[in-house]
Amino acid sequence: MGELSLETTKALLRRMLLIRRAEEQVIHFATDYKELLTGHYHVYIGQEATGVGVCHALQPGDYLFTTHRNHGHVIARGGESGPVLAEIIGRVGGYNRGRGGTFHVSAPHLGILHTSAIVAGCVPLAAGAALSAQQRGTSQISVAFFGEGAMDEGASYEALSIAALWTLPVLFVCETNGMAGGRREKGESGPRLVDRALALGITAEVVDGTRLAAVCDAAGRAVERLRAGSGPVFLQVQTGNTWPGHSGGRAVLQGGDFDLTWAYDAAAAPQELREWIETSDSVSILLRDLDRSGVLSRAAAIELDREVRAETQAAAKMALESPYPSPEGALQHVFGR
Amino acid sequence: MPEMSYAEALSQALVEIMEQEPRAVLIGGAFGPLGKRFANRIKQPPIAELGYCGIAVGAAMTGLRPIVSLGTASFIYEALPQVLNEASVARYGSAGQLSVPVVFHVRVGIRGAGAMQHSAAPQPIFWNTPGLQIAVPSSPADAKGLMLTAALRSQDPTIFIDHTRLHRLRGPVPDGPTEVPFGVAQVKREGKDVTVLATSVMVPRALEAAEQLAREDGIAAEVVDLRTLVPLDKAAVLASVAKTGRVLIADETQKSCGVGAELAALICEEAFFHLKAPVRRVAIPDVPIPYSKSEEDYVTPGSHHIMAGVREICR
Repeated sequence: MGELSLETTKALLRRMLLIRRAEEQVIHFATDYKELLTGHYHVYIGQEATGVGVCHALQPGDYLFTTHRNHGHVIARGGESGPVLAEIIGRVGGYNRGRGGTFHVSAPHLGILHTSAIVAGCVPLAAGAALSAQQRGTSQISVAFFGEGAMDEGASYEALSIAALWTLPVLFVCETNGMAGGRREKGESGPRLVDRALALGITAEVVDGTRLAAVCDAAGRAVERLRAGSGPVFLQVQTGNTWPGHSGGRAVLQGGDFDLTWAYDAAAAPQELREWIETSDSVSILLRDLDRSGVLSRAAAIELDREVRAETQAAAKMALESPYPSPEGALQHVFGR
Repeated sequence: MPEMSYAEALSQALVEIMEQEPRAVLIGGAFGPLGKRFANRIKQPPIAELGYCGIAVGAAMTGLRPIVSLGTASFIYEALPQVLNEASVARYGSAGQLSVPVVFHVRVGIRGAGAMQHSAAPQPIFWNTPGLQIAVPSSPADAKGLMLTAALRSQDPTIFIDHTRLHRLRGPVPDGPTEVPFGVAQVKREGKDVTVLATSVMVPRALEAAEQLAREDGIAAEVVDLRTLVPLDKAAVLASVAKTGRVLIADETQKSCGVGAELAALICEEAFFHLKAPVRRVAIPDVPIPYSKSEEDYVTPGSHHIMAGVREICR
């Protein structure tokens, strides 16, 4: 794991597992209950290393903006599963009192101010927070997480271009997860997204998002550059093959919750997951790396996961026990006055 | 009290804002002599309305008070995703945790040879988007006072609407802190026979019409300037209608679902039994704005339309 200490590695793996288990819980909310999570939602399964690796490079006070696929980013930044899950089912115990829901989970106290469900909506906003930090003379930086679909929308290019012009301390993290909506013909590749950022004069690189160490390394270098005032950085994080459970806006857990032993023995996993576990799942890849290098044994990882599962169970219970907000509250908070 | 033009009053407001408020940042526009004095707080973006309006929104969420100058109001259509989908909903979606004190300053209206894409009156679009405040000053004093309030006091996004044909209008502007509160209409001329509700460029046109109606017809028209559409001074509207029993709404927006439509609906719901005659609207017909002078003049709501309307309902 390069420069990461054992303790740090364990902490990061724990965060990744917290995300995995919370997202599974989201799917349970949608599939095991009636009328609990009725809309569509977007889970982060498989991409955990990106959120956790990038957030590891941040300091308190930094800003984070994300999209409809935000649950993992909020937990990666230190958000607790309970208020995240409560928000996702519209309960008053959510970080936004249930008002934002799955599309708009945010946590202002963690610097996750506003989450946009428009694919490129967060990109100019993150650049704006970076302008604010620059104008106020602080060392804060701002991060935008978005998918490759955001690079179809003009807002991204306008924001990238201004960020470059004004040397804004903003990190653009484009997670190419193969899930952009709209027209995507099989085999269509087009120019690499990183080339578009480079063309706008932005420091950019392609990162292997299936490997936590690669994300930590790239994000660490990017953040160093941002704090030095050298202008924006664009990371095209390749998150590998899409998790096979994604099914439009309503994900399905093939074979139930992820069994950690599958990471070490993909043959034991449901057929449709095997290739993904071998090549793309950032959690499985990390678990195997840690096991092989002797940093964290299977047994120790499974024990860690047991803790995480218990924590997630408690979080789900908290979310389910939290009431709906009072209906007439819907009329509040349009304006501050 | 010094007299100055509407444009001069607005410039004076910007100077005072920059002097008093270190968090104020100007984005876009030609700020003339301000540019040198406050160079580090004036940002000149490329013509990327969507990008720089979104950047202003993000900056407003994180401790700045940006004033974005978009120039011609038609250009804000390029930025609507950030204005309508992000700025307006951030406070609501966070259940009150976030404030977005940003000002989007636009010049609306029929200006003379602006044609379809330089004459927009987008007030109804913004009024139908909860979370946006709309200031529509008609005088130099209000232009300055409402801009000061938007930039120095407000905690929410404001669409600040000025009108090209008001820039040269002269009037008294009080010295010193002259903030004009949002949501307080002003009776510009008292009258007992009919209420004329007006905003922005239609206020001087309504005053001209009222003067002529008094002289030629002996009709005493009360001219009420709403000053802000959001928040709306409902009480002032209803009080004047209760007093006169007749109302004409003069607004330079397209008629259908325009400013006049909402005010007429409000009056019908809440002041119907005070009415002695049907509500009248003077507005732009439901067409884009044409270029040719003859056609442009034809679709521009003027004082003659107000007079004709008032005469009809005061018969």
